[in-house]
Amino acid sequence: MGILEVEKLRKHFYLNPGFLSRVVSKKKPSVIKAVDGVSFGIEAGEILGIAGESGCGKSTTCSLITKLLEPTAGAIRYKGQDISQLGKKDLKAYRQQVQIIFQDPYESLNPRFTTFDLVAEPLRAMGIAGKREIQEKVFSTLELAGLKPEEYQNRYPHQLSGGERQRVGIASALVLGPELVIADEPVSMLDVSIRAGILDLIRDLSVRLRFTCIFVSHDLSILSNISERLMIMYLGKVMELGTTRDVIAEPLHPYAQALISAVPIPDPSYKRPRPNIKGEVSQPIDPPPGCRFHSRCPQGIMEECGTVDPPLNEAKPGHFVACHLY
Amino acid sequence: MLLDINNLKAHYQTETGMVKAVDGVSFSIGEDEVFGLAGESGCGKSTLIRTLMRLIPDSARVSADRLAFRGQDLLAMSDKQYREKILWTEISLVPQSAMNSLNPVHRVGDQIVEAILAHSKMSRREAAERAVSLFEGVGLQSGLTRSYPHEFSGGMRQRAMIAMSLALDPSLIVMDEPTTGLDVLVQERILRKLAEIRKQVKKPKSILLITHDISVIAEMSNRIGIMYAGRLMESAPSLELFNAPFHPYTLGLKNAFPSIKAPDRQLISIPGSPPNLIGDIPGCMFAKRCPFAISDCSHVFPEFKEVAPGHFAACIRTDHVDEFRQQAGDKRTWESSKSKN
Amino acid sequence: MIPGRVHEILVSHVRIITRHKFGTFGALILVFFGLVALFAPLLAPHDAWETLKTAEGRVAILKPPSSEFPLGTTMMGRDILSQMIYSTRTTVVIGLTAGLISILIGANIGLLSGYYGGKLDESLMRFTDIIYGMPFVPFLIVLIALFGRSLWFVIIAICCIVWRTSARVIRAQTLAIRQRQFIQAAKARGCSDFRIIYSHILPNILPLLLLYTAFNIAWSVLAEASASFLGFSDPNNLSWGGMLYELWISGKIRTAWWWFAWPSICIVLLVSALVFISRAYEEVANPRLKQR
Repeated sequence: MGILEVEKLRKHFYLNPGFLSRVVSKKKPSVIKAVDGVSFGIEAGEILGIAGESGCGKSTTCSLITKLLEPTAGAIRYKGQDISQLGKKDLKAYRQQVQIIFQDPYESLNPRFTTFDLVAEPLRAMGIAGKREIQEKVFSTLELAGLKPEEYQNRYPHQLSGGERQRVGIASALVLGPELVIADEPVSMLDVSIRAGILDLIRDLSVRLRFTCIFVSHDLSILSNISERLMIMYLGKVMELGTTRDVIAEPLHPYAQALISAVPIPDPSYKRPRPNIKGEVSQPIDPPPGCRFHSRCPQGIMEECGTVDPPLNEAKPGHFVACHLY
Repeated sequence: MLLDINNLKAHYQTETGMVKAVDGVSFSIGEDEVFGLAGESGCGKSTLIRTLMRLIPDSARVSADRLAFRGQDLLAMSDKQYREKILWTEISLVPQSAMNSLNPVHRVGDQIVEAILAHSKMSRREAAERAVSLFEGVGLQSGLTRSYPHEFSGGMRQRAMIAMSLALDPSLIVMDEPTTGLDVLVQERILRKLAEIRKQVKKPKSILLITHDISVIAEMSNRIGIMYAGRLMESAPSLELFNAPFHPYTLGLKNAFPSIKAPDRQLISIPGSPPNLIGDIPGCMFAKRCPFAISDCSHVFPEFKEVAPGHFAACIRTDHVDEFRQQAGDKRTWESSKSKN
Repeated sequence: MIPGRVHEILVSHVRIITRHKFGTFGALILVFFGLVALFAPLLAPHDAWETLKTAEGRVAILKPPSSEFPLGTTMMGRDILSQMIYSTRTTVVIGLTAGLISILIGANIGLLSGYYGGKLDESLMRFTDIIYGMPFVPFLIVLIALFGRSLWFVIIAICCIVWRTSARVIRAQTLAIRQRQFIQAAKARGCSDFRIIYSHILPNILPLLLLYTAFNIAWSVLAEASASFLGFSDPNNLSWGGMLYELWISGKIRTAWWWFAWPSICIVLLVSALVFISRAYEEVANPRLKQR
């Protein structure tokens, strides 16, 4: 049993059409199926990468796991316990154990707080009293994040560079000593030359502090470097899940194949095979029955593709695909 | 030579001092060529574009030894001449966040028609027909000209901006971060379309591609320039830049970029951050972060000199480049410069 | 809060206000009126209600400004300067009290409404809309008819009405801040709603809050002046508006220019000073105003 089990998770948002549409053309509210039946598990200590384009539901999945959103259906079990039934006290304990690193270093820090306050805030919010204890914890966490406490503690976010801000964000996520850390595109808004440092930091700390990590990114190059297992999502569903090596070297799902072949390579001599899909990426609004990828799939020729939603099957040991071809 | 730039400078006066956003950049773009300008935030590439397109405030001081388009001196031209002869007809721009450059209350097709009418003598009907054919050229159905921007996805808006930039058949298209913020499949399609457009059209088009994404630049460009803190550090044909780089910053960037083809390669970041562009910094802008810097590097201005045929670099220690190339792959080399920062 | 931080904050506020000439001007006027209000009994040469006599022994009715009576006298022979000084106290007290209470009400309604949204937001905003429809003077008249004249009723009446605009504005700002990622971060880090509203959102709306505090005090001063001018104030506590009321009922408004001038000028000065200070905060609340 892994540290986190997600089972048939769904999050639907309802769009209400205008009054006239409802009355005159009897239009039903549209449904955005942001997350629509996602199931996966994570083992303690591993780094799971979640990849996908915009609208695939990866960020919504993160919000559901951190309980910033409540699911429409399905279950999330942390260490065996269903987190939808948490009382106030248990919720506090849960938040102590499951934390999130945000994408935008410029927006995820309160501009009115000093670095010290930003890292101390989770401790204060949790009621971990004692000025001395707080200071010790804050200082040690800042050091772990690569920032010298004496230098940084009184600085405000606008006095820090992007990389420094992200380190503060990481420190504030880690100060409570969580066991599961979700990193939602943590380096996407940083300069290239700084990304490696932050990626290394997350990787090192996951080993040192022994936490499990879910790393969300749209950038497969980054995920290929940092994650051990990889999950590819599309329009709210999981398309493929396996070890990073397997998924990238031998993608089974047509979408995964297209995605991987579309990634540009920093090597002018490399001739990339062209992905062969048609159509525009759509929104997960009122999706038609059958496979989500059906309308764009170059291989979607079987009858089931348009009618039956393919389940996530283990096509090879440890390598799962949601496709009727397997 | 389509575009010839030599020692271009653009300095702004601000409350805190004179910002040397662009401080002596030299490169040239030939006919039917893609020149990729790579650089991180704050390196001056946006200012460079704005200087070229005359979108900078009047208070900025622009100077150059040479800034010529097909031999015509661009600096000497008045704004009016520039607008009539060069802008949009010879050099056009696909701006950053093209998604936000479209007016939300006008139809997309109308905006292209307006742009065409403003810079040419076509009739409205001709302009409308041209807009439709441009749309088809970038892979958008003709009916979409009647849509509003909010009805387009990010990728579609970007393609509409590309269509607009092609409206008057310019010889040079400047693209500022054309695929940033777009999903990888959309990006792929746009890059592919660009390559197709360049092949199809009778009049050859050159592209000045500015981005921080080294992979995109590697795929698209014939020649690449690496910019840092307002100056060009290196420029060379793409293959050569990747296989045999001369400048330590280029070496650093190479290591910092993950590749899906080499997932086990250790990524190395460059410690420190770009310098303040205010004030006079003698010597090399990269010296503070460079693991190979010697004391001279901070005082002696590194000339942008030819180190191999068609290959330029701004470094006074290029004679040690073989050593550097070897050491750059080792993480410890870069850790040593951490202590300087 | 460490004293050092408080000092830092005070200094930064002084800096905000004195950044521009009008801010400094406004601050000086406020300080002036504040001191006058504070030391009124010491400063006033006479009692405000005392009928005074001139040197010749006659009642000093409607005397224009002179060395004996620097601001002149009223119809009843009272010294206008003394009246002005005591009125300042009344005005400042009402202005501050009503202003601060109303911003407290308005800010909290705005914050709670903006943060929680949903039914709470709807009901609070509908309530605010109703208050928008309420006219101030009739409301005051009703209160006085029911409970009699008193300084406190004036304050209550003002408080009941003036908070409405600040509630709206602060709600809007709260809505904007609530969307920002650092609020999501605070929630994820385990902060309670209360903590998020008052420790995380409030500091970010502070410039706007201070802006509207200044406005609220200004409106309270004006409301009070209007009410007393119409005769609805507490007869025991004289204010500038009340002085104008006396002038009005005496019928001498055309002739006793001094009786008219000083109270009017002071009302204008005080309100302007408050608006000037709020202007200084407006620039902080909306940095784009800084660029000319």
